[in-house]
Amino acid sequence: MLMSATLAAQPGQKMVSELAVRGSDFPAVLSDYGFFADSAAQKPASGVTPYRLNIPLWSDGADKLRFVYIPPGQQAKAQDEGLLDLPMGSALIKTFKMGGKLIETRVLLHRAEGWVALPYVWDADQREARLTLGGKRIALTGPDGKPLSYAVPNKNQCKECHGVAGAVTPIGPKAYNLAPAWLAALQKAGKLDHVPVVTKRIPLWEERTRADAALAARGYLDVNCAHCHNANGAASNSGLYLGWLERDPIKLGIGKRPVAAGRGSGNLDVDVVPGDAAHSILYFRMASLEGGIAMPELGRAALDPAGLTAVKRWIGEMKR
Amino acid sequence: MRTPTAIIAAVSALALTAPVHAKTIAVAAGEGAQGRLQEALIAAQPGDVVQLGAGRFALTDGLSLDANGVTVRGAGMDGSVLDFSGQQGAGEGLLVTSDDVTLRDFAVENTHGDGIKSKGADNIVYYRIRVAWTGGPKETNGAYGIYPVASTGVLVDGCKVSGASDAGIYVGQSKAITVRYNMVEQSVAGIEIENSRDALVTGNLVTRNTGGILVFDLPNLPVMGGGNTLIADNLVVANDTSNFAPKGNIVAGVPRGTGVMVMANDVVTVRGNTLVDNPTAQVLVVSYPQPFTDKTYNPVPRHVLVDGNTVRGGGNEPQIPGGVQLAAAFGGALPAVVWDGQGAQPAVTGQDSHLLALGLPAEQIGMAEAKPRLIGGSVKVAIAAANPTGAPAALDARAKP
Repeated sequence: MLMSATLAAQPGQKMVSELAVRGSDFPAVLSDYGFFADSAAQKPASGVTPYRLNIPLWSDGADKLRFVYIPPGQQAKAQDEGLLDLPMGSALIKTFKMGGKLIETRVLLHRAEGWVALPYVWDADQREARLTLGGKRIALTGPDGKPLSYAVPNKNQCKECHGVAGAVTPIGPKAYNLAPAWLAALQKAGKLDHVPVVTKRIPLWEERTRADAALAARGYLDVNCAHCHNANGAASNSGLYLGWLERDPIKLGIGKRPVAAGRGSGNLDVDVVPGDAAHSILYFRMASLEGGIAMPELGRAALDPAGLTAVKRWIGEMKR
Repeated sequence: MRTPTAIIAAVSALALTAPVHAKTIAVAAGEGAQGRLQEALIAAQPGDVVQLGAGRFALTDGLSLDANGVTVRGAGMDGSVLDFSGQQGAGEGLLVTSDDVTLRDFAVENTHGDGIKSKGADNIVYYRIRVAWTGGPKETNGAYGIYPVASTGVLVDGCKVSGASDAGIYVGQSKAITVRYNMVEQSVAGIEIENSRDALVTGNLVTRNTGGILVFDLPNLPVMGGGNTLIADNLVVANDTSNFAPKGNIVAGVPRGTGVMVMANDVVTVRGNTLVDNPTAQVLVVSYPQPFTDKTYNPVPRHVLVDGNTVRGGGNEPQIPGGVQLAAAFGGALPAVVWDGQGAQPAVTGQDSHLLALGLPAEQIGMAEAKPRLIGGSVKVAIAAANPTGAPAALDARAKP
């Protein structure tokens, strides 16, 4: 593509290419953006900030490295406890590693026409990642040692999870799922207008067994399910809404009958039966790997034992 | 008669509405079909046609289309087959999330979840599409064949579905809907209109399903208050397949042998259909049978008119509690129209105009409490007929040979 020749950061400069981020083309290779000073080591370029989420999305056990780029002289705006509002020209970069190898890097670019989501798959020699608009299946070994058919999403599938009322939007960087210290540092660096007050924060995943069962499970469901299961998401028609801020027990699935589950119901009657995960459709679908049953529908080819345990504990502790 | 000038003007106007650079993207069956077809669906711009070649496309993952105004066209519902037998992921075969899309002349087979789903996809046309689970009725088949949801403007025309473990053609949480000239067999529900308004269901053949045509309204959903639906001039014949829906789904409660079933809803007209040999009931009008807490939901049927249908046989093996004894009491078969007794009494006119009211004292009460009674000859209650306009007329142009 034209961009590779003209717009990429020059070697040695280690600067992000604003044109690659903001332009209307889809850069063919990840290096066109200049997000990394050393891509093999995932060392970010100047102006690219790493971050973590308190609870991350399960991605078949892949390690994920997250970065945010905010253009020089601009700031993100905090919006209450929720998603940071990143200015035009910003990018979110997420690299997936499995068994120590770079598999794919997904970028979300804030352009004039809105957010654009693009998937890049790493070459076997780990030197470059290439645009893969149509998605791809990659044979890997999963975290449990079993063969795994890892799915790189196609561009439309990016939107299935990232779509809110039909427009692509970031999911991860919500204040309630970010560390206070990271937010404070971003603000101190002049990249965030203020540090938002968060009344109830998602607990750290590595501390889930010590955390309140409901907080751990609700955090997990927010991160893994609520991007579709919200009133404006891909699963809006289900009426099952699993966001962190949801309060209605029926919307959370408690005593709620399925609407279009098909064989996803598993011959069970309701989404969540208090005290009884084994008879809860929500748990049944999380515990399945079969197309048409398994939830989430995209991005999961292996079970998440820790997630299942957290949700089972939450349902188990509910009063019958 | 139109003058040549008028015709030229009309043709020019048509040309102006099509994008200037509309193109056809051809995709052949064969090696790498998954990636090539998905990339074509991503590359397509408004006005473009993604043309599927003849043959069988072996697919491993769900496909999706998110560009407005695109047509996906095959070489006929038996000519171009998207075969999802080897599908590994996604909840459906093809997902459409954009407006003004036309899907025509191809088949989708053996998806693990739904066949084709379109969500928030306004003014969509499904024309001469075939969706099939080729192993016959099985609980492990996908739920819906053709599944438009949360959309305004839906036309499903000339399609064929078989083997859906829920509904062959399911339209949910939508409005301005026409479902016509389709054929659905060996599914749990033939055609289901759920939590939707202004639907016209006409000229379809539904046979060998568990239930033929269902009009339902369910609680706890973002769109409720279904109604103004007209079920007219359909052939509803021998829907006698045992219910094979996975338990937990609302259709798992549909009795085998139901012709037309109306649950909750306001203003539904069942008119001019030919109802033949549906062994539970030709027409069943009921309230929502489950407990619910949603205060905004109305669980009973209102303003249901059953008018001028042609009825033959049926009602002879009613799969409702106490059905055998009831049928015997009526000389071997129930009357054509059966109502649970909740909500407003339906009006029944025309041939076989008796109404069997089961006389349930409240919703969610079992048949042990029933006080069945026959109401008739012609059950004249003043009820205005449904008068839906159906899908916008502009969609007709995309549903032509």
